[in-house]
Amino acid sequence: MQSHDIVIIGGGPAGLAAAEAAYDAGARDILILERDVRLGGILNQCIHNGFGLHTFGEELTGPEYAERYINMVEERGIRYKLRTIVADIDENKRVTYVNGEEGAVTVQAKAIILAMGCRERPRGALGLPGYRPAGIFTAGTAQRLMNIEGYLVGRRVFVLGSGDIGLIMARRMTLEGATVCGVAELMPYSGGLNRNIVQCLNDYNIPLKLSHTVTMIHGKERVTGVTISEVDGNRRPIPGTEEYYDCDTLLLSCGLLPENELSKSAGIELDRVTGGPVVNDRLQCSVPGVFACGNVLHVHDLVDFVSEEAERAGKNAAHYVAEGEGSDGEATVLKAGPGVRYTVPQTLDAGLMDESVKVRFRVSDVYRDRSVSLYYDGRLISKRKKRIMAPGEMEELILKKSSFDRPVSEIRIAVED
Amino acid sequence: MNENFDVCVIGAGVVGCAVARELSAYDLSVCVIEKEEDVCSGTSKANSAIVHAGYDAKPGTVKARMNVRGAELIRKLSGTLDFSYRENGSLVLCFDEADLPKLNDLYERGQKNGVEGLRILSKEQVKELEPAVSDNVVSALLAPTAGIVCPFGMTVAFAENAAENGVVFRFLTAVTDIRKTDGGFEIETDKGVFRAKYVVNAAGVYSDKLHNMVSGKKLSITPRRGEYVLLDREAGDLVSHTVFQLPGAYGKGVLVTPTVHGNLLVGPSADDTDDKEDTSTTADGTASVKERALLSVPSVPYNKTITGFSGLRAHEAGDDFIIGEPDDAPGFFDAAGIESPGLTSAPAIGEYIAAELAKKAGAARKKDFKAERRGIPQASKLPLEERAALIKRDPAYGNIVCRCESISEGEIREAIRRTPGAVSLDGVKRRVRAGMGRCQAGFCTPLTMRIISEELGIKMTDVTKNRPGSEQIKG
Repeated sequence: MQSHDIVIIGGGPAGLAAAEAAYDAGARDILILERDVRLGGILNQCIHNGFGLHTFGEELTGPEYAERYINMVEERGIRYKLRTIVADIDENKRVTYVNGEEGAVTVQAKAIILAMGCRERPRGALGLPGYRPAGIFTAGTAQRLMNIEGYLVGRRVFVLGSGDIGLIMARRMTLEGATVCGVAELMPYSGGLNRNIVQCLNDYNIPLKLSHTVTMIHGKERVTGVTISEVDGNRRPIPGTEEYYDCDTLLLSCGLLPENELSKSAGIELDRVTGGPVVNDRLQCSVPGVFACGNVLHVHDLVDFVSEEAERAGKNAAHYVAEGEGSDGEATVLKAGPGVRYTVPQTLDAGLMDESVKVRFRVSDVYRDRSVSLYYDGRLISKRKKRIMAPGEMEELILKKSSFDRPVSEIRIAVED
Repeated sequence: MNENFDVCVIGAGVVGCAVARELSAYDLSVCVIEKEEDVCSGTSKANSAIVHAGYDAKPGTVKARMNVRGAELIRKLSGTLDFSYRENGSLVLCFDEADLPKLNDLYERGQKNGVEGLRILSKEQVKELEPAVSDNVVSALLAPTAGIVCPFGMTVAFAENAAENGVVFRFLTAVTDIRKTDGGFEIETDKGVFRAKYVVNAAGVYSDKLHNMVSGKKLSITPRRGEYVLLDREAGDLVSHTVFQLPGAYGKGVLVTPTVHGNLLVGPSADDTDDKEDTSTTADGTASVKERALLSVPSVPYNKTITGFSGLRAHEAGDDFIIGEPDDAPGFFDAAGIESPGLTSAPAIGEYIAAELAKKAGAARKKDFKAERRGIPQASKLPLEERAALIKRDPAYGNIVCRCESISEGEIREAIRRTPGAVSLDGVKRRVRAGMGRCQAGFCTPLTMRIISEELGIKMTDVTKNRPGSEQIKG
């Protein structure tokens, strides 16, 4: 059986940045396995700009951003296989992949980096009533058909869900001559970035209807319209609030789900809230030597943050290969307190941690003029006021190694007055 | 167009295809006429996908006879024709001591119908077999010969084997009238007139309409809509048996069952409608099915739902299958009112009608009948070495298109190339499961559309989800 120091599953933004950083941290025997026909992942279909402000200090399109990282990988001579799907990972870090050239091959990895990304929540999982005609697409599928294949999926469009891809597609389809009748969002707040609400909806006079959902899909062959209704505090449709929209297409942007089927086959522990692996401050999963980054770990808003996180995973994987695990100390657990949905990482090893560790988290509601409080075993360590926090915008907090002057068993982050 | 055949089978659902396959063993020219673009597009595509053991139907009814024989045939044919089937056994749960006599009635009925291995289980025995079943269960009827089957796989297998043996299929052809003539029948369709000595009416919810065109003894089929919820494969091993509820105070009862592909299926509701095309789902129907299933299995993880769908059962007022020739229309063979256990009974109905029709026609068995058919290889289910060998022969089997179900380009192309082959996304999905998984075709739709467009030589804008009018993209 062939072996590799680091096998990276996925050649999207997370996999590429992880590869580059692993190489720069000394690893040489790195293999990226990518299922698509090119590297770059979902960035290839994100032809709008707004990528790279944090990483490169300039606004790039998705393909341009991907190209920067693809070039880094190429310059370093890092190997990759395209049109190659990973069929299985086991708990001993054996990776089985399949492609047309080699058939089915199993390789032994010293370390694995999970960078498989996420998928969109489909109509069926939302339980939307009505018929099942053509013309219902997740926003990402419509985006691919439009930006990669070059086809317009519809002429009169309604969008359910205010996730970023849905907002981007509302603008994109408008620019291509389609009429976007409106965007309905089940929650009383948007699921996407505020900048996308402004730039993709407000600038084009596309109405956003918060606390609304689709209660009937009409049309037997092709969508002919949707009925939407207002929902109450329990997200149940309110009778009498029905409005009919004449349209031929329904786009869905109702959440992204980390794709962790392979992680499960490797016996990796998952977080019920993020849908991704439980990781420590080195982004290592419950199986030693397996690291995770990007949308497979938790869904991000900005690719810049994916790259930054993936570089940490890559660096740590390289160190793991060179030095082994080296952990012995008791892990400190990070807990999501009131107002916080989750944290990544979920554990921290104060003995081995870097000088500082970035913790990313999401809040569970829209909060104005509230504080983020940090507690070590119940002791208030810091409290920082924020003008606005929303579930659609990821928050972060830096933990300093120097702040652990004594053993801590629980770190808690909470939203407080 | 003007076409002449010995037999025209109307309807390419599981019953029509089973009849066609059995007829293809005789020296007869056979044509299957279907109004949709593919086989398995009506009732056959949306049902519980189970093989009933046969204790449910009243002894002496056609249903009882066809059910028991059908179950027997499916067991055999799943090997001969290579479709997915598993004998997983079923349980009918009883939640009330007062209902025990009814459970016993089912047992007795089963005995009379000739169902083997039936046993009444105690609560402890039930819990041991199925730990996820509700603690409120007091007893259950175990039917070890009940099974689960892929309804698409079975229908396609019948169709392909029929085609291999000379049956022709005419899709997108809707029957508008049938007239008796001297030598048989004239079938008027939107694509021209077909002439046949014999007609088989396997038109599902439309079988009353066809029957009533030639017979004075009118039938009336009520489409009975059933809603289902399908869960991710992660939930598929919650139960191993098909778990029914004893009809009782809780109403007619819904089932919780694994599918042959490893998903978990919950349903159906039962709502009579007057629209023969009303396969919509409703918020209330879905909610009620979900709630009632929890009576049997309280831990069904609905957060793992991947889709919901509804199907129409062809319920006839007489409450039994109507099979054979009406007195006033000899040569016209009905297979009408085929509701549950229709899927199970289909091969038996096929066998029976083909034999009766051949006898009447004086047709002999073909010497060169090919009884066997192989399915499309499922690359991801093969042992690694075999999978590698398959990919070496055809690298398209190494190119995964549907990542959720691990379906390769090779499988999709083969599904389109076969006869009758897939011509739509749904046709591909039903044959090889591309798009049937947890992302519900989010990732593979553009890729499968491209393959369909290449294989059929049509434009991307002409690729449909199913029937014409369901084109995926607008320009």
